[in-house]
Formats: sequence, C-alpha cells, structure tokens
Amino acid sequence: MYKILKKEALSDVTKLMVVEAPQVARKAKPGQFVIVRVDEPGERIPLTIADYDPQAGTITLIFQEVGKSTMQMGTLEPGDELITVAGPLGHPTEIQNYGTAVCVGGGVGIAPAFPIARALKEAGNSVISIIGARNKSLLFWEDRMRTVSDELTVCTDDGSYGRKAVVTEPLKELLETRGKNSIARVWAIGPAIMMKFVAATTKPYNVPTIVSLNTIMIDGTGMCGGCRVVLDSGAQFVCVDGPEFDGHKVNWDILLSRLRFYVDQERVAVERWKHQCKLDSAVAGAGA
Amino acid sequence: MAKKIIPKKTPMPEQPPGERVKNFNEVPYGYTAEQAMAEAQRCLQCAKPLCMTGCPVNVNITGFLKLVADGDFRGAINIVKETNSLPAITGRVCPQEQQCEIVCALAKRFEPVAIGRLERFVADWEAAQVDLPIPQLRTLTGKKVAVVGSGPAGLTVAADLAKMGHHVTVFEALHEAGGVLVYGIPEFRLPKAIVRREVEYVCSLEVKLVKDFVVGRSATVDELLEEYDAVFLGSGAGLPWFLKIPGENLSGVYSANEYLTRSNLMKAYRFPEYDTPIARGRRVITIGGGNVAIDASRTALRLGAEESIIVYRRSRDEMPARAEEIHHAEEEGVQLMLLTTPVAIHGNENGHVKELECIKNELGEPDASGRRRPVPIKGSNFRIPADIVVIAIGQSPSPLIPKTTADLKTGEDGVVTTDNETGKASKKGVFAGGDVATGGATVILAMGQGKKAAKAIDEYLKTGQW
Repeated sequence: MYKILKKEALSDVTKLMVVEAPQVARKAKPGQFVIVRVDEPGERIPLTIADYDPQAGTITLIFQEVGKSTMQMGTLEPGDELITVAGPLGHPTEIQNYGTAVCVGGGVGIAPAFPIARALKEAGNSVISIIGARNKSLLFWEDRMRTVSDELTVCTDDGSYGRKAVVTEPLKELLETRGKNSIARVWAIGPAIMMKFVAATTKPYNVPTIVSLNTIMIDGTGMCGGCRVVLDSGAQFVCVDGPEFDGHKVNWDILLSRLRFYVDQERVAVERWKHQCKLDSAVAGAGA
Repeated sequence: MAKKIIPKKTPMPEQPPGERVKNFNEVPYGYTAEQAMAEAQRCLQCAKPLCMTGCPVNVNITGFLKLVADGDFRGAINIVKETNSLPAITGRVCPQEQQCEIVCALAKRFEPVAIGRLERFVADWEAAQVDLPIPQLRTLTGKKVAVVGSGPAGLTVAADLAKMGHHVTVFEALHEAGGVLVYGIPEFRLPKAIVRREVEYVCSLEVKLVKDFVVGRSATVDELLEEYDAVFLGSGAGLPWFLKIPGENLSGVYSANEYLTRSNLMKAYRFPEYDTPIARGRRVITIGGGNVAIDASRTALRLGAEESIIVYRRSRDEMPARAEEIHHAEEEGVQLMLLTTPVAIHGNENGHVKELECIKNELGEPDASGRRRPVPIKGSNFRIPADIVVIAIGQSPSPLIPKTTADLKTGEDGVVTTDNETGKASKKGVFAGGDVATGGATVILAMGQGKKAAKAIDEYLKTGQW
C-alpha cells in the first residue's frame, strides 16, 4: 500500500498528490511514469511522474479528473492509500546539453514537462518554456516552470490569462525569429492533439521534436501491446519503447483513433460513478 | 485374483455448454469422493509405472492413486506435494494426455486412468479441510535468493528453495501473483481463487512476495545480485507477436495477451462493476491454433459474441491446442476456419475493425516443426466481417531484463540462454526457467524447469561453485 502524504488542488479538475513509494522514488528519472490503482476493482492508470524525492521516498503525481478512475482518485485524501504504484516505467528522457531546448506543456502535461525542463536546465541548456491550457483555471506551476526556464510564455485558448493563443503560435514565432539552427530540440507534453500540432509546427523547420505519449495501457511492462503506436518504422510499445518518441514519425491518426476506442464505456463508468456519489451524499445527508 | 478392468474413465460432471457460455464459472465440477475412489481403483498399480516418468515433476502417481483408492486423501495429497507445489493448478491445466496418461498401461487398449482429474480432486479436497497441516520447520541456511516472476516456474523455485531453508523473495511486476495463471488462463478453466490458494501455500513456507516491482526498472538484476546470493529469472514470455499485416493497429485489434489480461486479471467481464473495459463484439475472430487462441475464442462467447471464429492457417491435425480444449470450444459454438491465413485487416471511417481479409491454403510438405506447411492458393482471397480481431499467434520473452542486465546471453526471439539440466544462465549467480528460457511452453514444463533450477541453486549456494 502506498500512502498519500499530501494533496493539493491545482485547478477544479487537476489534483496533485505526494505519495509514499520508496522503491519508485529511488530510481525515478524525468520522463518516466508509474501505474496506479485506486482500489481492487480499479483499472491500472498510467501517470507520468511529476517529481520525486529519493531521500523522502516520495513521488509527486498530477492528474486531471477526466474519467471515472481519476475522479475517484481525486476523492482520496492524505492518509488514504493507493493499492498499486508500480514503476518507474518507460525510458527516462535523454538529457544532455543540446544548447537551446524548448519545453511545451499543455494542460495537465505541464506537470511532466517540469522535471524535464529542470533536468535540461541543470545539464546546461538554455531552456525556453511555453505552457498553455484552455483557460486560466486549468493552468498551474507557472512559478515552478519559471524557476527552471530562461524564458517562459504562458497562454490560454480563451485569453483568460497570459497570451490568447494555442501553444503552437508562440512556438512558430520562436522558430521564425530565432531561426531553426538556434533551437536544438523541442519537447511537447500534453493532449495528443496538441502534440500532433506541435510536431506539425516544427516539421518544416526540421527541429527534432520529442513527444511523451499517454496511450491506453494495462500492464505497463510490454505484455499486452494495447499501447502500441505506429511509427514510420512500424509499431512500437509506448510502455517499454517510450513513452517518448520522435513526434515527426508518429502516425497521429491511428493514435487518436485508438485513444477514443473506449469512449462509450468511459461514459457509462462516469455516469455510474456520479450516480453513486449522489447516492452516497444523499445517504450521508439522511444520516445527519 | 485378476482385477476386472473398467475400460472408460469415470466421467467428470461439467456445466452443460448452453449454460456455461453465459458465465465465467469453471466448466468441470470435479469428482466426488466416491467417483475419485472408483477412478483410482482402475489403476493397475504397475510395478514399473511409466506414468511417473511421463510427468515433468515426477509425481509419485501410483503412490497417490493407491491412497485415493483406499480413501486416504490426506496421505494422497501429501505424496503429490512432495514434488508438486501447485497440484490444484496442474490437475486442471496440464496436458495429461501427452504426459502421464499417454503412457498409462491401460491406455494401450482402454482409456487411461484420469490422473489429472484425481490430482485435482486431492488438491481440492485438501483446500476444503479446516485443519491445514503446518509446513515443517526447516534449518535456515542464511542464503538469500531473488525470484523474478510469480508464475508457475517462479512459484515452484520459491517453494522448493524455501523448503531447503533458503530465504526467498519473489518479485512480481503486476498487482497479483500467479503470472500467466492469473492474466492468461481464464476463470472458467482455472478459477483465480485456486491460484490465490496455491500462492498462499507458497507464502506459508515463509516466502516473501513483493508486488508492483518491475525487475529491469524498479531494480536491475545486477542490483539484485548485490543483495541476493542468487537470482532466478522466471519472468515468462510476455511480448506478444503480431502478424505484421496491414490494418493490425486499427481499434478493435487485440493481442491475445491484452484481450485475456483485460478479462482475467482486470475482470473486464464484470465491467462496469470493475473499471477496466473490454470491447464486446458481435463477431469476434481469433487468429491462431494454440490453447491461447481457444481461451480467447471461448472468452469472446462469454462476453456475448454471437459468433466466435478461429482462423488457423493449417488443418485441425496441426493445431497445437489440446484436443480437449478444442472439443470444449466447439461444444460451446466456436467455429473453426481452417487452412486460412489472414492477409489484411480493413477498417471503417472511424479506424475500427470492419473486415478480415484472408487467403485459403492447401497443405504442402512438412516444415521444420514436422507439421505440414500451409501453401496459399493464389487468388483465393475473401473477406469476413469482424468487430473484434484477437491475435493469438505466440509470444516471446520481454526484452526488458536482457536489455538491462550486463552479460546475460539470449538466443533466438530473446530467449535467455540456459544450461538444460541446471537452468544456469550465462551470468554467474543467475538461473532461468519457464517461458523466459524456452520461449513458450506449458505450465508443467515451467514447473519442471523450476524444480531442476532449485536443485542447482541449492548446490551453488552450498558450494559456491559455478
């Protein structure tokens, strides 16, 4: 069992948890993920490690409540326990001094972008970060990103905070004004559709672009192949071959289609969960 | 007095096909005490029993059958457990017809003794008793062994080494112990409560079980060797093979590993009570001819498929699946489409599977496996509508451990190279057995290798000789 030590609401639907998981914290590196389970009937949820402290034996997880499992996880409080935290899984990010690196974080993807930006900075890179979300309430960690970035642009789709833009706009300007040779590498972490467009934006400039994929997964150890992604060279498994890939080589249409495969079941599960929550609170209300 | 021979096995009651396709409960009910005694009395008690030599873990079969015939079930299970730590499992999933039963003296003219059913009976009998015997205390050696994987090979090594007095820690990547027994083999063939019971027995021998621990990531084999005197790799064959045909990555195309793991380990058949979903297709096509393909096709029926079709490239005679499993599947309504090779999967506008395109084959000359090779008939392409396609054509060991371990040699398909007799790998202190060392075999062969490795590990720990 893995105890939750701290919980913080980063937005209405984005939660941060610090979890006791010494065997993961000891080995974790930027770019890796864990598989989490909330309770016995629960599914195995892949979550990127947002931060880790080997001395304290803790990891930080940040998740957006988008489905039944993450909504349920959001109801847990410090002192509660997760029944599974397996990892660290996947390859760590290849950190070296590339020169100038750009980190793009979208929505909940800002969380995993942070340790990568920090490691790039520590390795001597000049780090330019762009973070964005649909609106102000979904943004978080602007301050943390600023501490590890030489430049930071914040944008929202609706203009409720920072610049009114999607992340690809400042990225394109950067590529135009700096010239492609001055930017060595781009990292993009966020919704699949955002990563697809970041890759499309950098492609004409030929700037290597690394995306961190969060596909549907079960075991996370290379056993089921449910997470497979199609690259130019054929299919690979996100859990063991990734989670980071060359964004210019990913077949985004297949990826997006596979991500939507269980959308009907997800809706059923969410409705059932909300109904259960209503019943629970009605019972609690009646008891009081 | 000459014994009167009863030519046929005592039948084992089972759920009727029409009923059982609607549930995930176990198909056979098992023998009653009377049925078990009657069946055990069919044994001729040969002076030189061949059945024992046919068993990869050398269970003293005539010994335990004698006691079952006499009604001494406690004595019988004790004999079985001397060499087999997982009898409730092997009694259910062993291919007895190719091992102990094929060499039974009765089998020349009649049906052999139902050894598997009797092994299952004594194991289930013991589980139903309240007063379980306390495992014998052993002299501790102070040596520590790490076992990677809690499948049939790992559990066997762990139990044997613990009985020899070594400290054993089993590392399991998933959240439940049992390996293929929990993620691969369906509930209706091997109830998970039985696997849990056998795992509890192994743990009762003071074996420590660490779950959620992915060796190669959570710690490498080299790191384990700093803390343990020996490491046994029993990590299985987890990497599923795909056909490498167009359309294979459409939504609705599953590896058998994924389809079965969702249903078995994650209990997706109970969605939404359990969170993990699984697609329930009207027409499910499974590709392959082994036991895994049969398991997937039978699972599909239980998930509500109106049609469950197995597509296999050779003929029925070449199917690697057990005859009994094929029989069960056909009884339930699974259709076999033989001499057929898939060449492409076609999707609809949403990227979902719509059709499987196949080509018909005829049988040619035998290939390296001794089975007649399928030869495609030119121009015989045709399409079958499908909602779900499950690919069950085999698997090989995951590359994770070899990739992260210095000096660990592997051969074809990433199989860890080992010495046949001892399970010794190329790296000092490392042993391997089961599918990681064979590429894909049976539960009982994995257990047999586990037994050999346990002996060799004990020897190595005592002498320090590699």
